[in-house]
Amino acid sequence: MRVNPETLKKDFPIFSNNPDLVYLDNAATTQKPSPVIKAVSDYYSTVNSNVHRGVYKISEEATEMYEGSRKKVSEFIGAGDPSAIVFVRNTTEAINLLSYTIGRKLKKGDEILLTEMEHHSNLIPWYFLRDNGIVIRFAKMKDDFTLDYDDFQNKLNARTAIASFTEVSNVLGTINDVRKLSGMCRDNGTISIVDGAQSVPHMPVDVSKIGCDYLAFSGHKMLAPAGIGVLYGRKELLDEMHPFLGGGEMIGEVTYNNATWADVPWKFEAGTQNVEGAVGLSAAIDYLGKIGMDSVRAHERSMIDHIFKVMNSVEDLRQFGPLDSDKRGGVFSFNIGDVKPFDLLNQSSTKFAISHSIHPHDVASFLDRSNIAVRSGHHCAMPLMGRIGVSSTARISPYIYNDEAELDLFFETLSKCKKELAR
Amino acid sequence: MQEGAGKMIDNDDVNIEILLDHYRSPRNYGSIEDPSAQITEHNPLCGDTVHFSIKAEKGRILDIKFVGQGCSISQGAASILTELVKGKTVGEAKAISEEDFLKILGIRLGPNREKCALLSLNALKKCLVSIDE
Repeated sequence: MRVNPETLKKDFPIFSNNPDLVYLDNAATTQKPSPVIKAVSDYYSTVNSNVHRGVYKISEEATEMYEGSRKKVSEFIGAGDPSAIVFVRNTTEAINLLSYTIGRKLKKGDEILLTEMEHHSNLIPWYFLRDNGIVIRFAKMKDDFTLDYDDFQNKLNARTAIASFTEVSNVLGTINDVRKLSGMCRDNGTISIVDGAQSVPHMPVDVSKIGCDYLAFSGHKMLAPAGIGVLYGRKELLDEMHPFLGGGEMIGEVTYNNATWADVPWKFEAGTQNVEGAVGLSAAIDYLGKIGMDSVRAHERSMIDHIFKVMNSVEDLRQFGPLDSDKRGGVFSFNIGDVKPFDLLNQSSTKFAISHSIHPHDVASFLDRSNIAVRSGHHCAMPLMGRIGVSSTARISPYIYNDEAELDLFFETLSKCKKELAR
Repeated sequence: MQEGAGKMIDNDDVNIEILLDHYRSPRNYGSIEDPSAQITEHNPLCGDTVHFSIKAEKGRILDIKFVGQGCSISQGAASILTELVKGKTVGEAKAISEEDFLKILGIRLGPNREKCALLSLNALKKCLVSIDE
């Protein structure tokens, strides 16, 4: 099925409540369609109760819905076994879970390989391990904004215990060949972790084809409620791992002297879980499933191709990402002029020139006056901002409900912004 | 987003134009040689930067200049602030509250962009600490 944004838009109440809204910040979070809102609301109205605990009817129904969502997720990403699916809050929590479990088992001098294009959520949990003498290395990004696979291969060595990399960069839109990277890791005996926050919502992702050990993603970036996310792990690895959070429901048996753990995935799900979130995620997967992830990807690709076609209408526009839509997800970061980091050496120079670029926050505020919602800032990727030589960028990230007319309006307004704010 | 929901301040549009004018043609742009005090302050989240240099005598700000980089609000506000405090006593300048300054700017700002507007005031106050009143 071909994505028809005009029809789909009608499923999203936010657009009937804000008829002029052009929402282009989907890499941050997506809007929610009525079926998802209804699923959450129906859950509250009909079977709300705590799962796994009650032996009464509605608790059993709620448990069935929760576990049904797990099964749906496992099918959605080709995991096969539902017990390979751990519910977490979001991608950030999933990666922290891994850092606190498999990361804590590493020894001084062991290495973790990341890439230069990671989000803070795939940096900081690993940085924590530097305290234990763990060495963090970064595979380079090439100047065409794609990953240097040779550098990745070269940096994999006998000490590389873990490699964690994004499938789609939230800044550059670069699509990394995670199948290839996971293969390199497997050949090297290195655990592979895929950050799927920007890929799972936007394209077919099948862990059985990728061959990764772990995959993390967030529900709220794929039409589902906030606060529900997924960690996929190969079952045999999850079985071996120490639990992350301790508490109710993650135990086998507890005495005053000892405790045993529940089986996976429940071993990792301490405390009352976000059942309504899981129910919403299940509805979101149904919604995306009806469209088809191939069609979602095709639509976003047509959006990025359209952007490439019209972007030069804005004078002085710089864009940051591969110019080949084969290697590019639906993320478009840009600046007007050179938004360089402030040079401290120049701080007291009387010659310090007035910058002629337009700050991304000004761009975003200007667009907001026309109800066009875009992102501006460092996108939780400060090291990458430094790597591409900017202090920050503005960013648009279209999704299934955006169309070419909205992109045209965006670029027209951007041209006006350039005229009004240039100095 | 809804009609009539905002406009807490009547002269919003005029004040935006004034701010933008300061942004496009900053007053007192540059730095003073041999200043009584100087400071560089950043807003790490947006990358806004301002550098102030001040010449003071007998507790009075005789001259003030700034250089900087960042959004229209941070840079326009810095320029407006230099005009505001030039000639004032150090004590008078220190007495300008965040509320006062936002009122002078007179534009509606969300919590995030308020930080841009207040960067220069906070930098100035830090800088003034080292000058005798």
